[in-house]
Amino acid sequence: MIEQLILTVIMTSIPLIFAASGELIAERSGVLNLGVEGMMLMGAVAAFAVAMGTGSPLLGMFAGAFAGALTAGIFAFFTLGLATNQVATGLALTIFGTGLSGLVGAPLVGQAIDGLAQVHLPLLADIPFLGTLLFQHDILAYLAVIMVALCAWVLSATRVGLILRAVGDNHESAHALGYSVLSVRLLAVIFGGMMAGLGGAYLPLVLTPHWAEGMTAGRGWIALALVVFASWRPWRVLGGALVFGGITIMQLAGQARGWTIPSQFLSMLPYLATIIVLVLISRNREFALANSPACLGRIFHAGK
Amino acid sequence: MKKFLTTLVAGAFAVVGGISATVADPVKVGFVYLTNPGDHGWTYAHEVARLEVNEHFGDKVETSYVENVPEGPDAARVIRELARQGNKIIFTTSFGYMDPTLKVSKEFPDVKFEHITGYKRSSNMATGNIRFYEGRYVQGVVAGMMTNSNKIGYIASFPIPEVIQGINAFALGMRSVNPDAEISIIWVNSWYDPVKEADAAKVHIAEGADILAQHTDSPAMLQTAEKAGVHGFGQSSDMKAFAPKAQLFSSVNNWGPYYISKIEQMMDGSWSTGEGPDHWAGNTWLGMADDYLVLTDFENMPADVKAAAEAAEAKIKGGYNIFTGPYSDNQGNVILKAGEAYHDGNLWNDMNYYVEGVNGKIPG
Repeated sequence: MIEQLILTVIMTSIPLIFAASGELIAERSGVLNLGVEGMMLMGAVAAFAVAMGTGSPLLGMFAGAFAGALTAGIFAFFTLGLATNQVATGLALTIFGTGLSGLVGAPLVGQAIDGLAQVHLPLLADIPFLGTLLFQHDILAYLAVIMVALCAWVLSATRVGLILRAVGDNHESAHALGYSVLSVRLLAVIFGGMMAGLGGAYLPLVLTPHWAEGMTAGRGWIALALVVFASWRPWRVLGGALVFGGITIMQLAGQARGWTIPSQFLSMLPYLATIIVLVLISRNREFALANSPACLGRIFHAGK
Repeated sequence: MKKFLTTLVAGAFAVVGGISATVADPVKVGFVYLTNPGDHGWTYAHEVARLEVNEHFGDKVETSYVENVPEGPDAARVIRELARQGNKIIFTTSFGYMDPTLKVSKEFPDVKFEHITGYKRSSNMATGNIRFYEGRYVQGVVAGMMTNSNKIGYIASFPIPEVIQGINAFALGMRSVNPDAEISIIWVNSWYDPVKEADAAKVHIAEGADILAQHTDSPAMLQTAEKAGVHGFGQSSDMKAFAPKAQLFSSVNNWGPYYISKIEQMMDGSWSTGEGPDHWAGNTWLGMADDYLVLTDFENMPADVKAAAEAAEAKIKGGYNIFTGPYSDNQGNVILKAGEAYHDGNLWNDMNYYVEGVNGKIPG
């Protein structure tokens, strides 16, 4: 029983892990994209449409990533190309993605598909308890962990990561050193969109194998909070997603067992936790500066 | 020249006048939806009914709707706008629109308002509802007979009278066939959040439930049940396509007849709010006997369960009052003695308890 509960926690965290680590990369390059919810929805609807049309959830997965990246491309065009305000453009992207996914998805309502199959890793899946929890997932779940590891490695140990962080922390210096700030940010934003698309795709491909308008129901916003909660560190995103997922499932399980904590209180815990983390990291200036990108949300003009 | 212009203008007026004389303006009818019709649950059922209205009246009626309208004060803005646009009758299709509808109804005395599932009325605001709980009694009978673990997982939205009535009707049906079965309730604080509904279903299953019921709108719970090999009931519309092996049956809301009759009454002048000495009798509240609530085929169950479900359905259609004593609340207090029964007012005002067989307390 506890096994199943933990498994539910893990599965409910996967979309958050994808979306938040993608947003983390975009933010580390200095771009605040509030359109995560919209990108997730576009990923979800594309994934479902392709999975249904072709009968292959795997192709659906790629479609989800592609649609997310494409939606992020719109954001990049405005914020990087035309230097529009990132906050306003991001909010607009969420509204746009919600509307467009609903429009595109209207004929898909009421259809069901077979979701992604579970891949049991040989030998590992047979380990008692841990095998069930960790090694009997679908391919997207494994990919989520691989992507977190990749993000962490690239950011901390590679030249690409160094450039990305330089652009995010001081775009003028990076520019003076000869790096193309806009190109780096474009790639980071597109990557963020792709990851949000994969996170969105996880919903209709695994969690609830149907398409429903607005089915992300605010998970894009939780992913945004999660990036801050994780203080812009990839492995903390993974941990934070499990904490957020754990809180969600705990409040449901608590009710089923007759606990008397108001469920509204538990529903707000992820946000409360984020605020507490924000307060804590802002107390230690060095710590806050170490991770949060100094140029986050600031527009870069090459000519300046 | 001047005369020519005058003739031209007069002619133009004549043409315009001619057009408006031959084509009668369609009567405009507005709908306010909680989510989008794509929820495949509550709002979808209203959308089906709206299309029936279009079909029935043809070009005599012009319908429009606003979707994704949040419950609460902000809804007044949307309802007011629909009234301004010339809609003659406006259906607001969720409980939370009650006060906003009431407020706007006073601002537009010439417009008729129909609030769905509420209990407040004014001189031009009527209320309509379906006895959803009747279907849930039948669900309870089926669940009570089908369960092996004697644990039923129930996913609920908000603790409003309609939802409490449903839980208690389910429990009374369940306990009428199985005195050992118990219901656990998870409130998801949303009518529509597929992932959370699926999570709640998984938690119920992890806690040992083998029959699931829902008072939320997405098919996510049934899909989860299908995957896990347990059974459940669909909500508001037939969800068989999502869970062919798991769905025992769905209670389908059939709003079409209600909308059509109220629009006809508005057109021929016989529309009324039904308000009288007994406030509760003024509510248009019909159920299975009048096909306002329709049960889909009983499937994925043994013949004896199916027979019991059919018998329960027939009993209710024959006028059986589900909330008839004797029964107690889950704290052991006697609510109704043998021979006593609730009337509609009690259902709204006095049902602030869970009956025996339901675990926990009503939140808030």
